[in-house]
Parts: sequence; structure tokens; C-alpha cells
Amino acid sequence: MEVPILKQGAVLIATFQAALSDADLNHLRSALVQQVVRFRSRGVIVDVTAMDVMDSFASRTLREIAHMIRLRGAETVIVGIQPEVAFAMVQLGLTLEGVATALDLEEGLAYLNQKFKNMK
Amino acid sequence: MAKRDESSELLRELVAHLRQNRTQLREEWVGRISETRLLTAMTKEEIFAEATSVYDSYVEALETETFEALQAYARNLSERIIPRGVETHEVVGIVLLLRDVLGRSLFAKYQTDFKKLNRILDAYEPAANRIANTVAVGFVQERERVIRQQQEAIRELSTPVLQVRERLLILPIIGVIDPQRARQLTEQLLRGIRTNRAKVVVIDITGVAAMDVTVANHLVQTVEASRLLGATVIVTGLSPEIAQTLVTIGVDLGKMNTVGDLQGGIEQAERLLGYKVMALAEPS
Repeated sequence: MEVPILKQGAVLIATFQAALSDADLNHLRSALVQQVVRFRSRGVIVDVTAMDVMDSFASRTLREIAHMIRLRGAETVIVGIQPEVAFAMVQLGLTLEGVATALDLEEGLAYLNQKFKNMK
Repeated sequence: MAKRDESSELLRELVAHLRQNRTQLREEWVGRISETRLLTAMTKEEIFAEATSVYDSYVEALETETFEALQAYARNLSERIIPRGVETHEVVGIVLLLRDVLGRSLFAKYQTDFKKLNRILDAYEPAANRIANTVAVGFVQERERVIRQQQEAIRELSTPVLQVRERLLILPIIGVIDPQRARQLTEQLLRGIRTNRAKVVVIDITGVAAMDVTVANHLVQTVEASRLLGATVIVTGLSPEIAQTLVTIGVDLGKMNTVGDLQGGIEQAERLLGYKVMALAEPS
């Protein structure tokens, strides 16, 4: 299942659907980095609102995505983590340390815009 | 079958006797109750009224050999007397006293016919014991129900999530936090963050006297989970004891944003949100 990646100016938005396989996650990781390079994006938003469970592989992949994208000089924000999912994640010790998070798409965009302003 | 019929017939005879002598047996029983200083939380009139109901229910249970009505009565009675401060030992005590009073009256009546007395007691004792059991269990079940209800009420009252500014929530925690309450708190907070789109949360623990390792870890998890929803947490009001606990268990304080008191916490939150509070004039 392919995750759609939309372009919004200097920002790419990838919206997870529920139940992504490990292969899907790996594919997304490569696709996002390729797109960042292609469009010279400055920010990436990964919207996980539709995810009702986050396992350690998904969590690690998200961290890897953020790191790889940072190497291209762009910032990643994970948005839409549901309260139940957040609770389960911290109990398993999956804290997404070092990765920016925001409540939803609107907040994520606001965060990136603020970052871009500060970087000027 | 014959034995059962005989037993039922004896019970009928005994029930008739108990009904005939109702007034004096009841009086004797109430006398024994005040002698042994039970039900001190109730007035004489109340004791008399309840004693009448209990006596009649007791005799009816003996007669019908069914105990549902008695059980319902016991729960009903318990519901009324528990808030008055009546204790378990008092309730069990008075039922046993009634059993004794009635037992003695049977000795008195059948003292000349030892064989018959034995047979009557064979019929009476199991039923009387079952009655005592039913009433005691009914009372205890009602107490447990009240305790559960109170626990639920305490849990509900004690974790309000309050919005004091746009995007700013305060969670004042008061009292004892057990793991269950801690979990409920976290769930409530996370839902509050999402509903109110909060960016900063101030968790005030001034009202928390002590915290053990489990709960401290839970607090850290709450902070981390809130971050996953894009909110920053400021913890305020740590007592010296709790500060000691956190340091001792090696909580990574770098992960926690703490400020001395609630006022300081709110001021920092306002700074984070870009508010600036200024006095316009002297308060009138």
C-alpha cells in the first residue's frame, strides 16, 4: 500500500493509512527522502492520525526518516498521534526522542513556518 | 422424604410458637441488645422499629425456608444503618442474640420432652444459622458496595483538567496517587490536550504528599506522552520529599520541566505561549 505524499510549497505531507506493513514503512522512508531531494523541500509532515497502534518498528522508522531528512537540511514533524497510542507508546518506552511532534496538521505547519522564520 | 416432612412440620410448630410469643420474645431481645451495648448509634425507638422488622423477617424465613426476601431486607437495612455508623460486629451480634433468645425459649417450652426438643433444634439450628449468615453477608456486601461507590466518586472528583488560557491547561493533583489513579489522570490529560489543542500543560503536585517509584515513573510517562501530542509539560509544586524521591530513583530530570510553584509555572507557560502580562493600573 503506497502512502500518498503531497506537496504544499516547501513542505511535503505524507499521510499514513492504518495498518502499514514493514515493507510499506521501508518504502515510505526511501520515497520521502527522494522527494525531499527532488523538490528541495524544507520540511516534512508525517500525519499518523489514522494509526491506531504504533509498534517499535514503526517508531524506529519514523526516527530514521527524521534523521535522514535532517541530513538533507530539512525538518520533520510527526503529527496526529492519538492519545491512546501515545499512552501505549510511552509504556513501551517508544518516545520518539529527538523528533518534533505536534497535535495535528495545522499545528505541524505552524511549527514548521515558525522554524523557517527563525532560520532566516 | 419423611424426614423432610417431619422437619417442615416441626418448623411450622416452632414458627407458631414464635408468632404467639412475639411481643415478649422481641422485648427480651431488645433488652439483651441494650445490655450488650450494641447499636449505640441508634435511638431506642429506632432499635425497636428495626427489631420488629428483623423479628418478623426472621420468623418468615424460618416459615418459608426461603431466604431471598431476608437477603433483600438485610441489604435494605444495611443501606439505612451503614451511614449511621453501625458496624459489622453489631449486626452479626444482634442476629446471634435473637438466635439465642429464640433458642432459649424453645428450651423452655420443650424442656419436659428431651427427644422432641432435640428434633425441634435439628429443624431450627440449620435455618437459624443460615439466617445469621444471610444477614451478615448482606450487610458486608452493602458495605463493599458503598466503599466501591466512594472510591469511584473520589477518583472522579480529583482529576479536573482546567483550561486557564488559550492553549494552556492546568492539572492540579491533590491527595494520594495510586497507579490506577495515575493512569486515569494521564488518559484524561491526553484527551484534554487534544480537545483543547493545548500547547502547554502545568501539572501541579503541591497537594501530593508522597510519591513512590511507580507513580514517579508514571509522571515521567505522562510528560513524554504529552510531548507526542505536541504539548510541553511544566511540573510545579514538588515538595522536598518528592524532589528527593525523584533524584534518588534517577528520574531523568532533563526530560522534565519543573518550576517551584504554580504561579511560577503559569508565568513560564505564558512566556512559552508568547503572552505578556502587565498591570494596567492599581487594582481598585
